[in-house]
Amino acid sequence: MSAWHCPSCGYVYDEAAGRAREGFPPGTPWSEVPDEWHCPDCGVRDKVDFEPGTGGER
Amino acid sequence: MEAHAHTHAAPTELSPATWRDPKRYAWLLGLIVPLLPFIAWGLVELTGLGIFWFYGPFLVFVIFPLLDALVGVDAANPPDSIIKWLEQDRYYRWCTYVFIPVQYAGLVLACWLWADGGLSTIDSIGLALTMGMVSGIAINTAHELGHKRADLEKWLSKVALAQSGYGHFFIEHNRGHHVRVATPEDPASARLGESFWAFLPRTVSGSLTSAWGLERARLERMGRSAWSIHNDILQAWAMTVVLFGVLAIVFGPVVLPYLVLQAVLGFCLLEVVNYLEHYGLMRQRREDGRYERCRAEHSWNSNNVASNVLLYHLQRHSDHHANPTRRYQALRHVDEAPQLPTGYAGMILLAWFPPVGRRVMDHRLVDHYEGDLGRANIQPRARRKVLARYGATSS
Repeated sequence: MSAWHCPSCGYVYDEAAGRAREGFPPGTPWSEVPDEWHCPDCGVRDKVDFEPGTGGER
Repeated sequence: MEAHAHTHAAPTELSPATWRDPKRYAWLLGLIVPLLPFIAWGLVELTGLGIFWFYGPFLVFVIFPLLDALVGVDAANPPDSIIKWLEQDRYYRWCTYVFIPVQYAGLVLACWLWADGGLSTIDSIGLALTMGMVSGIAINTAHELGHKRADLEKWLSKVALAQSGYGHFFIEHNRGHHVRVATPEDPASARLGESFWAFLPRTVSGSLTSAWGLERARLERMGRSAWSIHNDILQAWAMTVVLFGVLAIVFGPVVLPYLVLQAVLGFCLLEVVNYLEHYGLMRQRREDGRYERCRAEHSWNSNNVASNVLLYHLQRHSDHHANPTRRYQALRHVDEAPQLPTGYAGMILLAWFPPVGRRVMDHRLVDHYEGDLGRANIQPRARRKVLARYGATSS
């Protein structure tokens, strides 16, 4: 399981945890998250802008 | 104006050894707004003059534009190393939390006055106008809270919106407006040549349908119907229905028309502020068809101290769009951002009179785009006329 983070606000999408509120139950792979999905915290960046990893110290 | 400084910064010193926040205690002045019905009532009792029921619009549309002119601007920013510390200081968030109980105490007072206060119809309408100012500026408080990650703050945001019945705002604003800001697709970004009176129905209906679409899509991904109790919009509207229902049962149905009037005035006040924030500004399309990222130049800003204190730094709008989760006390002035000639309070008055407002704003857009209005967000109907008048090097 891997994680992806929003380069703007640092929100982390962790595949193991998913994001149930957004309709992605725990274990939903990043590839199943639709491309038009935006960062749920800041709305500034789209899925395609997300970067691999948790973004380090945050 | 990318704010990546905090991304790789070394662990920040958490003590502002040498820096003091000059606005720290000024934020408490924001509570003047939910206190408006108490102030109006006090002034009427003190003077015997019913005109003071209209104190709310007088404060917002007369006193604050004057204060903006008198007090002037402040472009000072907290040092970057302090921002993290400033954001975690809980004092600032309590300033916004306290707004809400005062707001609802004021609403109960207003209902009691409408029902049993012996007010004439004109007085009651005056009080409804005053309550409309509270409703509208409560949407600003809800806006500050709705951008935060904590569930408590998101819930408080919904509560603050109940008075204006604009509960869908925190869905549409965070997930719609912030994504599409300064593009023709955004109902809440005004276009060059679009009067406020044309913008108002477009933004009210467009924001509603957009919010519903966003929430339906989210619920569909969860395998649920849009018509479910999990729908955040329906939950927020239910709060308004229960609130108005309880008030009508306790104080009598006489309060209902005034409640509706103040709610409509409240969301109209929000929408006129929306009108100012991105007027004519546009993100350009990149070669891959996506819009460029929202940058400082895509929002109008104002450093007028009086309006900024009243609105929790909302007018430092460029930094807000770059960093929507950043707390109000830490929002920064950005040099690259286009500046309004005065604070929102005064700009609202101009927006009501489109010929005057356009006289003030359109040439600022021409300067901003260095004479090339082909890059502006223009009302389609007015496009040919605008380009013929001001010229464009691109189309």
